Amino acid sequence: MPSQHDTAAIRALIRKHKRWDLIFGLLGLLSLGVGILTLAALFIDMAISGIPRLSAEFFTSFPSRRAAQAGILSAWVGSVLVMMVTALVAVPLGIAGAIYLEEYARKHWITDLIEINITNLAGVPSIIYGLLALGLFVYTFGLGQSILTAGLTLALLILPIVITTTREALRSIPQYIREGAYACGASRWQVVSQHLVPYSMPGILTGVIIGLSRAIGETAPIITIGALTFIAFLPPAPFTGTPPAGLFDWLMSPFTVMPIQIFNWTSRPDPSFHQNAAAASFVLVFMTLSMNGLAIWLRYRLRKNIKW
Amino acid sequence: MASVTPQSLQGGSSAAANLAAYAQLKARRKRRERAIEVGLLLAACVSVLTTLGIVYVLLRESLSFFSHVSIWSFLTDSQWTPLFADAHFGIWVLMSGTITSSAVALLIAIPLGTIIAVYLSEFAGFRARETLKPLLELLSGVPTIIYGYFALLFVTPLLQKIYPDLPGFNVLSAGIVMGIMIIPYVSSLSEDAMRAVPMSLREGSYAMGATRFQTASKVVVPAAFSGIASAYILGISRAVGETMILAVAAGMQPTLSFNPLEPAATITSYIVQVALGDLPHGSVGYQTIFAAGLSLMVLTLSFNLAGHWLRRRFREAY
Repeated sequence: MPSQHDTAAIRALIRKHKRWDLIFGLLGLLSLGVGILTLAALFIDMAISGIPRLSAEFFTSFPSRRAAQAGILSAWVGSVLVMMVTALVAVPLGIAGAIYLEEYARKHWITDLIEINITNLAGVPSIIYGLLALGLFVYTFGLGQSILTAGLTLALLILPIVITTTREALRSIPQYIREGAYACGASRWQVVSQHLVPYSMPGILTGVIIGLSRAIGETAPIITIGALTFIAFLPPAPFTGTPPAGLFDWLMSPFTVMPIQIFNWTSRPDPSFHQNAAAASFVLVFMTLSMNGLAIWLRYRLRKNIKW
Repeated sequence: MASVTPQSLQGGSSAAANLAAYAQLKARRKRRERAIEVGLLLAACVSVLTTLGIVYVLLRESLSFFSHVSIWSFLTDSQWTPLFADAHFGIWVLMSGTITSSAVALLIAIPLGTIIAVYLSEFAGFRARETLKPLLELLSGVPTIIYGYFALLFVTPLLQKIYPDLPGFNVLSAGIVMGIMIIPYVSSLSEDAMRAVPMSLREGSYAMGATRFQTASKVVVPAAFSGIASAYILGISRAVGETMILAVAAGMQPTLSFNPLEPAATITSYIVQVALGDLPHGSVGYQTIFAAGLSLMVLTLSFNLAGHWLRRRFREAY
């Protein structure tokens, strides 16, 4: 039997250790607080200095030497066009690559090589993609500092994201779906195109949106290819020129995008341009976060409807 | 398909003709399947081509750079003035900026990220985790240019209130903001690693009378060490490759110094600086950014390899 004294000592010990639990719990909340407070400060700061500048004119004016008249028309149009190219390239390539790796590939050295590659590419800094595009697309292929170059660069950048999420979605489909389809005499491509791709749509869509929301905020690779920072005209509207060559004029047009416009305004010493930067940042954050939100919502909604 | 009509299957000839028609159909289907498979393989190979393209471009331009500048002076010169008449190419000047800014960022991201991961995995309830984690992950969803704006126009003035001599462009505020941006990369991966530790280990620890903190620090963290280490490595890679925050807030001034209170240029911000001006294609100045990029690539690649090795070496099998 432990004596009274021993019991008291043990209780004290337990209290001491429980106190550490409490201290660590508080520390954890504090650390989380640092992150979340920073996010809040970022938003509030941007909203306070940016929202007064947000008006219809801000979206329909070109950049200007006078801060009060400057707008983001060429920037948001450029962003939308570049995203179109990125999506058109990255989505089919990413899905096809993922299907190959998940459904077709047998275990051999080529597949291993591709797998290692994708993991490594995801860790390559985005500015390196900019150098790739500068050396290869801009000068070797002669595409110039065009919408096409920017779109292709960002497509390569988000390809690993699209491939990885698509593979995860394909992997989560139970094996008996495939077996059932094969048992009915379906070919491999029929299984893939009529069953696996439709069923993994929620996952694929989430990956695509997350990839695009990353691409729309990327600045470094686009600056590296040498995109101009002051563009006071719009590229020709897509698919309106005289066919056949005129249809693709827009692809070769010079452009600017939202992040570059923000960079340009932030790096000017005049504080009234900083207000413009805040307003444009607000628009950009709103775009990326609503894309992220859409992805989370889609994943949640569509997953609920699937019952295996 | 069109060749196999009911007539061709039943009509006159014989079972042999039917079989021949089927064989033809099957062969055609096989050819189509084969073509699709090759197409998909080509799509998968784009990633390999990307890597080859990166290596090719960096090496091609760097080789012609190193035919002008010796590797020895590239690695040992203490000045970086590629655009001056008296040109010096000492990569350590840029490397010092990269190391200082990454060190500041990691001093923030690694402790905070680890604490948050332990808290979310071992202390927080289900509901708290499900709401706090996505909220924290928003931090990594904000474009980095916006963090640059925030570091320059919010954090630096704030730091100047505490330390009035701080220059308007400095590594400290850029590093701090970078660190906060990296927190989710460290915490998410570490938390995944901790959650993968089997429940039985925790139950064993609790059964011995350990508290939550003891279980977390003496059982869960050591068991998840390889995963946590690769989360750190990812954080380091992110910090080393981060560009816009430094280009906006750290001042792009190449000096060989490890003092975070001064402005500095990093490898990445130098590339941005050159890309913003218009250097003629093919000049030595133009080639410097590829040499800088190659150094950056070697740096991140060696971290990634270290991560692979750590994961292999310290993986706990259950």
